[in-house]
Amino acid sequence: MTRSNATAELIDPAAVATTTPTPGPLRLSRARFAAEPTKATRRIILTVVGVVFIVPILAMVEFSLRVGQPVNNVQAYGFTHYLAIFDPANNQAYSNLFQGIGNSLGICAITVAIVLVLLLPTMIFVELKFPKLRRVLEFICIIPVTIPSIVLVVGFVPVYSIVAQIFGSYPWTMAFAVGIIVLPYAYRPIAANLAAVEVVVLSEAGRSLGAGWGSVLMRVILPNLRRGILASCFITIAVVLGEYTIASFLSQNTFQTALLLVQHTDPYVAVIFAVLALVFAFVLLLLIGRLGSLRPGGTRLTRRSA
Amino acid sequence: MTVSTRTAATKTAADLAQREGATVELLNVVKDYAGHRALTGVNLSMAPGEFISLLGPSGCGKTTVLRALSGLETITEGRILIDGSDVAQVPVNKRDIGMVFQAYSLFPHLTVQQNVEFGLRMRKVDAASRRTRAQDALDMVGLGHLGERYAHQLSGGQQQRVALARALVTRPRVLLLDEPLSALDAKVRVQLRDEIRRIQTDLGITTLFVTHDQEEALAVSDRVAVMREGNIEQVGTPEDLYTQPATSFVATFVGLSNPVAAELAGETVTAFGMSLPLLGTGPRDGAVTAYIRPEDITLSSAESATGIPATVVVSSFLGSLRRTQVRLDDGTLLFVQHDVRVRPLTGDRVMLELAGRPVAVSVRE
Amino acid sequence: MTVATPLASATTSGAGRPSRRRSVVWLGLVPFAAYVLLFLAIPAVLAVGSGFFDNTGNVTLANLAAFANPQILQHFWNSIWISAVTAVIGAIIGALVCFALLGTKSDSFLRTTVDSASSVLAQFGGIMLAFAFIATIGAQGIITKWLVSIGLVQNVFNNFDSKGVLLYQVVGLLIPYLYFQVPLMVITFMPAMEGLKSTWAEANATLGGTRATFWWRIGMPILAPAFFGSLILLFANSFSSYATAAALISSQAVITPLDIKQQLTSETVVGVSNTAGVLALGMVIVMIVLMTGYSALQRRASRWQR
Repeated sequence: MTRSNATAELIDPAAVATTTPTPGPLRLSRARFAAEPTKATRRIILTVVGVVFIVPILAMVEFSLRVGQPVNNVQAYGFTHYLAIFDPANNQAYSNLFQGIGNSLGICAITVAIVLVLLLPTMIFVELKFPKLRRVLEFICIIPVTIPSIVLVVGFVPVYSIVAQIFGSYPWTMAFAVGIIVLPYAYRPIAANLAAVEVVVLSEAGRSLGAGWGSVLMRVILPNLRRGILASCFITIAVVLGEYTIASFLSQNTFQTALLLVQHTDPYVAVIFAVLALVFAFVLLLLIGRLGSLRPGGTRLTRRSA
Repeated sequence: MTVSTRTAATKTAADLAQREGATVELLNVVKDYAGHRALTGVNLSMAPGEFISLLGPSGCGKTTVLRALSGLETITEGRILIDGSDVAQVPVNKRDIGMVFQAYSLFPHLTVQQNVEFGLRMRKVDAASRRTRAQDALDMVGLGHLGERYAHQLSGGQQQRVALARALVTRPRVLLLDEPLSALDAKVRVQLRDEIRRIQTDLGITTLFVTHDQEEALAVSDRVAVMREGNIEQVGTPEDLYTQPATSFVATFVGLSNPVAAELAGETVTAFGMSLPLLGTGPRDGAVTAYIRPEDITLSSAESATGIPATVVVSSFLGSLRRTQVRLDDGTLLFVQHDVRVRPLTGDRVMLELAGRPVAVSVRE
Repeated sequence: MTVATPLASATTSGAGRPSRRRSVVWLGLVPFAAYVLLFLAIPAVLAVGSGFFDNTGNVTLANLAAFANPQILQHFWNSIWISAVTAVIGAIIGALVCFALLGTKSDSFLRTTVDSASSVLAQFGGIMLAFAFIATIGAQGIITKWLVSIGLVQNVFNNFDSKGVLLYQVVGLLIPYLYFQVPLMVITFMPAMEGLKSTWAEANATLGGTRATFWWRIGMPILAPAFFGSLILLFANSFSSYATAAALISSQAVITPLDIKQQLTSETVVGVSNTAGVLALGMVIVMIVLMTGYSALQRRASRWQR
C-alpha cells in the first residue's frame, strides 16, 4: 500500500471563485443506464395511447354537433342540439332528464353528508382511540370492492322495500346505498391524509398544552385534514353522478338512468350531457390533483437539492 | 485480469488482490446543470491504492465528483483519466469501477449471494467460479453465513457490507463510496468505517470516499479533499488539514476552532495581547482572523496577570475530555478543551491562557 | 391518487388509557357500525344467502341447479373470458403507459392530467362510455361512417360475423371494456413503477449491466407481483361491471350481471327460484378468490418496497 507523502497543498483563498460563473454549453449525452424511457419512446407511447383514448370523446362531441342527415355525403354541423336544451318547447321532453339531474344532485348532497358525518368522525375516532380497529375499518371500506354493486343490489331490493315503508320511496333514500358504494373511494384520501399528518401526536401535543377534545378536533385535527376531506367529497360527487346500477334496480330516476332513457328518443341531448358530465368529473379530479401538490401558504412543493 | 480457480477455504482479502490499484486523475472537471455550475474546475490526483475522502457540506459538489468519476454523470469540460486513459466517453457499465451507494442499492428480489454474484454474471463468469468468488467476498466482509438471506432481512450495517462485497468481487480498478455510512447508527458507523479501511488496505484498491462527516474522513483516509461550492479548497493528509488549514473555511470545517480577531505583522500574529507564530503562509499584514484550537487554550481558576478573564457558560463532559464554553468580558464566546478533572460550573470566573502554538489566519472581512 | 391501493400505515398507536371510560367511548362507533350493518352487512347476506331459500322460505340447495342451465353457464363463461382478455390486454397496455410516464414529475401537468383522466374513465364512465362508443363505432359512429366513405360499406364495425353491429354483440364489449381497463391499470400500477428505485438502475450499471439486463433481471422481476396483482384487479373490475353492458345490450342477457338483472325483474327463465341470489353467490365466490390472490401479491410487492 502506498501512502502519499504530499504536503498540504495550500490554495490561495483569493483564487477560489467567489461568484458562480455563467454555465458553459451543456454536453447533451443522455445517460443510457436509467430505467426511464428515452424521450422518443415516451412520446410515441403517450401519443398513440392518447390519440386512441381521445377519439371516443371527440366522436361524442362530433355527434352532438351533427345537424340533420348527410346530404350528398356531406354532414352539416351546428349547435342546434345544444340550443334545443334551452328551448322551452322541449321542456316536456327533457323534464325527466332534468328531474334526474336534480335527484342526483340531492343524492350527492346526502351522500357527502354521510361521508362527513358518519365516515370522517369514525375514522378520526378510530385513529385516536381505537388504533387496533384501523385494519377492521379499512377492511370494511374495502368490502364494497369485493362485493360489487351488481351483487349488493340483490340485497338492496328487499332492504329498500322496508326503507320505503319508513321514509317513503323518495330518490334521496338511495343515498344510504350509494354511501356504501362510495366507501372505498371516500376512505382512501382521508386515510392517506391521516397517515401523513400523525394525528395522534398532534392531538397529544394539543392536549398537553391544555386544549380540550373539542378544541383539538376543531383547531388541530380538522384544519390538517382539509386536503383529504376535500378530495373525499369531490370523489364522492363524481361517484354519485356516475352511479347507474343501484338507481336502475331500485327504479329511481337519477342522472344516469335518465340519460339512458332519453337516449332512445333524443340521442343528441344524451351525448351532450354525457360529455358535460365526463368533463365535469375530470375537472373535479384535476382539482384534487392540484390540491395534492399545494402546501398551506400556497407554495408548491419543490425538490430539495442534495 | 487473471481468472483464478480456487479452493473453498481461502478467506483473506489478500488472496483477492491480484492487481495494483489504478491511478486516477481529474483534470479541470467542470459540470453544469441547467442554470447552475456544480463543479468549477476540479483537479485531483489519486495514487495507486490511495484512500481519499471528499469532505464538504451539502451541495458542495462532492457527490457530483464521485458520480462523474463513475460515469453516472457526464461532465461538461475537463478530463477524467483512469490509469492514464480518458474515460469521459466510456459508459458506466464499461468503466470497471465498484460503487457502494448510500442505501437501498441491494436488489430486493435476489438473495445476498445472488446480489454479490451479479457483477460476475454480467462479466459472463461461469456459475462455479461465481459461487466461490461471491462466497469469498462475503467471507471477507464477515457475512459468509448469510448468503441465502434477502436484503429486507438484514440490518442496515449488514446491507452495506453486502453492497461492499458486491462492489469488490469483480476486482474493479477503483472503488467509489457515496456516503455509505450516513444512514447507519453511530456505533455501526464507526465499526464499519474501520472495516472498510482495513479491506481497502488489504486489497490495495484506489478508493474515493464521499462524506459530510469530518471526523469520519479524518479517521480513515490517506488524504482528504475539502470541497466547497464546486471546487476543492485543500487536499492533504488529515493531520495537515487539522494543523495547517489553508483557508478559513477549512479551518472551521475541519475540527473545532475559535475564530478571534488578531493582527498580523510578518510572521507574528498578535491575539489577546499575546504573540503567536504564524502557521504556514499568510495573507498581507494587517487585520486578520486567527483560528485557535480549543486544545491550545488552558483553563484555570487561579488569578494571573497574563491570563484572559472569562465567565463559564456551560461545560460538557465528553468521556475522555471536557469541552467548556466561556464568554470573555467583551462578549466573545470561546470553546476550551481540557482535562476532565477540571470541572467548571456555569458562572465561574476563570482565567484563559494561550498555549502559544502556531495559528492559521485569514483576512478579516 | 384516487383509487384503491393498499396503505402502509405508519402512525403510532394511541396511548393506552384505563378502560373505565372505554365503555362510554365505544358508543362513538355505534352510528357508523349501525349504518354498515343495515346497508352493507344485511344486503350482502341477503344477496348471497337468498340463493339458499325457495319461494316458500324453506332452506334448500335446489336453487344451485341454476348453474346447470346452459344459458346461465354460457353467460358466466362470457363474463370470464371477456374479463380475462380485457385484463391481460389492458394490463400490458397500461404497463406500457406507466413505463412511458416513468421519470416525469408527479405534479407535472402531464401527470395530473393523465391521473385525472384515468380516474374518470376507469371508475365513473359506465353509461357514458357506452354512448362514447356508440358515437365512435356504432352504426352511425364516426369511424364506421368513415370506413363506409372510403368504400368499406360492410366493415368490421357495422357487420361483424354477419350479425350486425359489432358493438351490440358480446365480442363488441371488449372495446369499451378496454377503455376503462387501461386507465385502471395506470392508476393501480403506477405506484409500483415509481417504486423502482434509481439506485437499482445505477447499481446495475456500475456492475456492468445494460438497460436490457436491468429490465430483464431486475425491473421486471421486481414488478411482477404488482403487475399480476393489478391484472387480477382488472379482471375483478371487468367481471363485476354492469352499466356499460346494460347500456349497450338491453335486449338479452349475455353476461352474468345482465343475468342478475333479468332474474330480478322477470323471474324464472330458469325454473328455480331466487336465481339472482344464486348468481350473486357465484359472483361473490369468484370475487373472493380474486381479491385473496390480489392481497397476497400486494403483500409480496410491498415487502420489497421497504
